[in-house]
Amino acid sequence: MDALILTIIATSIPLLLAATGELITEKSGVLNLGVEGMMLSGAVGALGAVLWLGNPYFGIIAGALSGIFMASIFSIFTINFMTNQVATGLGLTIFATGLTGLAGAPLVGKTVPSLPKIEIFLLSDIPFVGEILFKQDFIAYLSIAIIIFITYFLKYSKSGIVLRAVGDDHQSAHSVGYPVKKIRWYATCFGGMCAGIGGAYIPLVLTPHWSEGMTAGRGWIALALVVFASWIPWRIIVGALIFGGITIAQLVGQARGWPIPSQILSMMPYLATIVALTMISGRISKNNSVVPASLGKPFFDTQ
Amino acid sequence: MLKFCMRIFSLFALSASVLFFIFNSAFAGNPTKVGFVYLTTPGDHGWTYAHELGKQMVEKRFGSDVKVSVVENVPEGPDATRVIRELAKQGNEIIFTTSFGYMEPTLKVAKEFPNVKFEHITGYKRSKNVATGNIRFYEGRYIQGVVAGLMTKTNKIGYIGAYPIAEVIMGINSFAQGLRSVNKDASISVIWANTWYDPVKEADAAKVHIAEGADILAQHTDSPAMLQIAEKKGALGFGQSTDMSAFAPKAQLFASINNWGPYYIRKIEELKSGKWNTGDGPDHWAGNDWGGLKAEMLLISKFQNMPDSVAKKAQEALNGLKSGKINIFAGPLVDNTGKEIIPAGKSLDDGALWGMNYYLKGVNGKVPG
Repeated sequence: MDALILTIIATSIPLLLAATGELITEKSGVLNLGVEGMMLSGAVGALGAVLWLGNPYFGIIAGALSGIFMASIFSIFTINFMTNQVATGLGLTIFATGLTGLAGAPLVGKTVPSLPKIEIFLLSDIPFVGEILFKQDFIAYLSIAIIIFITYFLKYSKSGIVLRAVGDDHQSAHSVGYPVKKIRWYATCFGGMCAGIGGAYIPLVLTPHWSEGMTAGRGWIALALVVFASWIPWRIIVGALIFGGITIAQLVGQARGWPIPSQILSMMPYLATIVALTMISGRISKNNSVVPASLGKPFFDTQ
Repeated sequence: MLKFCMRIFSLFALSASVLFFIFNSAFAGNPTKVGFVYLTTPGDHGWTYAHELGKQMVEKRFGSDVKVSVVENVPEGPDATRVIRELAKQGNEIIFTTSFGYMEPTLKVAKEFPNVKFEHITGYKRSKNVATGNIRFYEGRYIQGVVAGLMTKTNKIGYIGAYPIAEVIMGINSFAQGLRSVNKDASISVIWANTWYDPVKEADAAKVHIAEGADILAQHTDSPAMLQIAEKKGALGFGQSTDMSAFAPKAQLFASINNWGPYYIRKIEELKSGKWNTGDGPDHWAGNDWGGLKAEMLLISKFQNMPDSVAKKAQEALNGLKSGKINIFAGPLVDNTGKEIIPAGKSLDDGALWGMNYYLKGVNGKVPG
């Protein structure tokens, strides 16, 4: 049983990280559909760095930097040149798919050492719980730390409130004197960093090799996850575990011969997202604060 | 100013491309032009990589007598039609389309270019200038079954399938026949990934199999992810399409290797000597060129990570299949619900293999859909 739970957690972590990053990006009013592309570049960057430097921890840094690099391309276009965010985001993913294929060509057929598990003193000896919660790798702990940090950041810190203000009404934020573009740049790059680390997790832990397009659509699931979580950080943990859990349940069901068609289980996460979306739009009439109001709108500071 | 620059630029690009084509067609001609369409990239280490190796054998054999063009990452569907047509337009004389889903696009383009020869891999529809080629992959899986039956300690075999289609099902059944020839207590659980290629999902399926107690894994998907998980968790498994021992030196028992090169070379030679034809095999699902171990279209890599006694048994199975002494689907055959498929004394023919929609004894569950 604990082997299955560990598998679910491992499957969830790339989704969790990418969705957390995208949440911050969207909170600042930028819709970056390039998550899949940023994850791919994180994956290839991480693998390249580990092959070059030999230490899996450098892979995390390289993954984060590759993600930030992709996010800055997106930022230059959408924030400085005010291009359409949806089109640019899609373009970024297509561009990154090609670029990573090219950059990854020399990495084909090579394997790397995996990220080691870190056992937390004493806690890891607790039966069952210790095995699951306190014998994880560095990225798993990091992702939880990031969630706790951004929950606090968005709710209680001044910068977090400014970020939300920029996402909700960029004109007002601008007229009060906040640097809208600068804040959006930071938020988008943070999103890129998280997506990059999420992507890096795939070759560093899940399948230690490079193959083209290896994220296989997890970036899109992360985007759905942000909506599912209705832009509330802790709900991303729940959502990611549900998404991961259903993915694994679907496989377990087949191995054990459950009489449910696997396609129905594969459908569930998306169904849940649609239900979440419907519930959110129902709530908007009462309370306008769930979706960042300026989401996806370019900001012209001359207005 | 910007507009002007753009115009100049597009004019330049246009003239450059026109020049390129004139140049290209003026100097082409002598070598036989061969086109390949790949589903993914050789970076998959599996299906497409095996075709890439075949292509390299063609280049090595013919040298400057052929000019090979490859298009990678071609999705099955309307895009494929466009790509195949483009290859035909560029003057390729023979075009290999290397995935099942290219069947209709290949036939469609073949009608428009009656002088170009087409070779569709794994399809079942042919026309005057479309031949089909396939490998008897299931023969390798019989040997996998034999090795799995002798190596398993838990008597649980985990199998990862791509889609529940006849080709994959016959592989599972062939595996079961091999398994039961040496071990009547072991059984196979199947997980369908519903994709040919998703390393993370394949890895997850492998983890689930191991968590459920399987100690030998087999796959009919394309990436080496399953073997890497087996390596990490101390299980054993088989490589798919190409030798994957680099990914799992301690876990790979052996790999069934798709050897397309000799087939490609033969067909190109036939084309050069004017003897190209669509073959004379019977008109069934598999197409007309369906070779296996005997034709060396399927190769078996080194037996490793197993005791000598097991390797010996595996070699015996391999020899038996090559010589025809072992008939995998010989009766009496019973499916896993107890229904008789074929009585003793008879055996399934090729047509029946392509109609398989049931599991034989030794496989758990039932075929979805």
